[in-house]
Amino acid sequence: MLFDFATILVFLIFGGLFVVGNVILSRIIQTRNPHPGKISTYECGELPVGQSWIQFNIRFYVIALVFLIFEVEIVFLFPWAEVFKNLGAFALVEMMIFVFILLVGLAYVWAKGDLEWDKPQAVPDPKLIPSYKILSEELAS
Amino acid sequence: MQEFINELASRQSFLSVTTLTILAMVLSAVVLTVFAAVLALVGVYAERKVSAHMQNRLGPMYVGWHGVVQTFADAIKLLLKEDIVPAAADKKLHLLAPVIVFAATLAAFAVLPFGQNIVASDLNVGVLYVIAISSFVVVGIILAGWASNNKWSLLGAMRSAAQVVSFEVPATLAVLAAIMTVGSMNLGAIVSYQVGGFHKWLVWQFFPFNFIAFIIYFVASLAEVNRAPFDIPEAESEIVAGFHTEYSGMKWAMFFLAEYANMFLVGVIGATLFLGGWSSPFGNFLNSGPFQIFWIVAKAAFLIFVQMWLRWTLPRVRVDQLMYVCWKVLLPFGFVAIVGVGVYMIL
Repeated sequence: MLFDFATILVFLIFGGLFVVGNVILSRIIQTRNPHPGKISTYECGELPVGQSWIQFNIRFYVIALVFLIFEVEIVFLFPWAEVFKNLGAFALVEMMIFVFILLVGLAYVWAKGDLEWDKPQAVPDPKLIPSYKILSEELAS
Repeated sequence: MQEFINELASRQSFLSVTTLTILAMVLSAVVLTVFAAVLALVGVYAERKVSAHMQNRLGPMYVGWHGVVQTFADAIKLLLKEDIVPAAADKKLHLLAPVIVFAATLAAFAVLPFGQNIVASDLNVGVLYVIAISSFVVVGIILAGWASNNKWSLLGAMRSAAQVVSFEVPATLAVLAAIMTVGSMNLGAIVSYQVGGFHKWLVWQFFPFNFIAFIIYFVASLAEVNRAPFDIPEAESEIVAGFHTEYSGMKWAMFFLAEYANMFLVGVIGATLFLGGWSSPFGNFLNSGPFQIFWIVAKAAFLIFVQMWLRWTLPRVRVDQLMYVCWKVLLPFGFVAIVGVGVYMIL
């Protein structure tokens, strides 16, 4: 058992060294001629606008949560599946109850529309946006 | 493998058991890395030829007979190419990303059974391990997108993470159906269960539930290796090259190598779980030593061919369609497969 995992550790280390070794080998034999234009960030030929290390909208946040729930459930299903042959009908019924509760959860998320990538949202009234208010007041005065 | 090492150590006194064990491990890692590299070279050539002939073109024809040496020429070109690291990028993470992607892919190769005793690491939780380590690849992809400091890379990495993570759920459910049927997570035991001709393959067991599981696994594996029609992380028409926009030369080649190795990996896992693995489809006919390697590679090659075939047949799906396929089609059918197999086994 320990032997098996040691082999995997060797594979991980060797895989890492293989990549690093190849990159170093390539570094030795390649011609290097960096140029400000060449090493600038690619943005379709234009000068890059700002950084990309910004706060970005994680669209699938709810999906990530749902994934977490299902993945934990599946971890519970693994040992059950392995010994299922010896346990019989009782184990099946019990696991079906467990799975059913999760399916109800999935149905709820589905009905709420959180599984949609682009969740339709109500368009806010532009008159309620503060900047619009200020602008219109300025224009009026 | 352990017995063989013990015997080898007892025959001579020059090398101890520990040294021999470490040597055997390193040797298996070297062999499988070379195998993966050759596989990528053959895979790229095959993909070019398959795509060309599907579009009524010839593909590479000039370098060697029918262009067979074309990929070698490309590999040499990539080795000699300048490694451009963007000035704005995080240089350490930029290098770490391909390391993680390739190391995780290679580590998954360790448990693949290529024959009755031809396996580097005969883990008793083999299937679970493969699922765990192959989802590690997504860490490398996210890192590549973040380290590049490029908007296209970041978008591609986010898409890839959403996709790989989502499709892992139906893929795992499909695998569970196979585990239930066999009652073991050891890949070798799963193949042993199917030895004796193609009618014993798991796809046909408890028809149609394991068949459904196989289809789910295949579709989900397409998404997990970012292949068409689920290649939106690398959708060149909208986000240039996705997470490897800022990669060139050898680092890019490593991503490519890992991608082809991953295609082979899901092919082998699919064949092992559902199509009899290394066992011959004709019972005991041609089912010894070297033929076992031939059968598993042939089955995996067939599944890779189907992947290529789909790539040049189907258009790319949209992100919302992708999520729809995963959560609203594959996931419910995955539960149907598990419940079906369970009820079948009780009856």
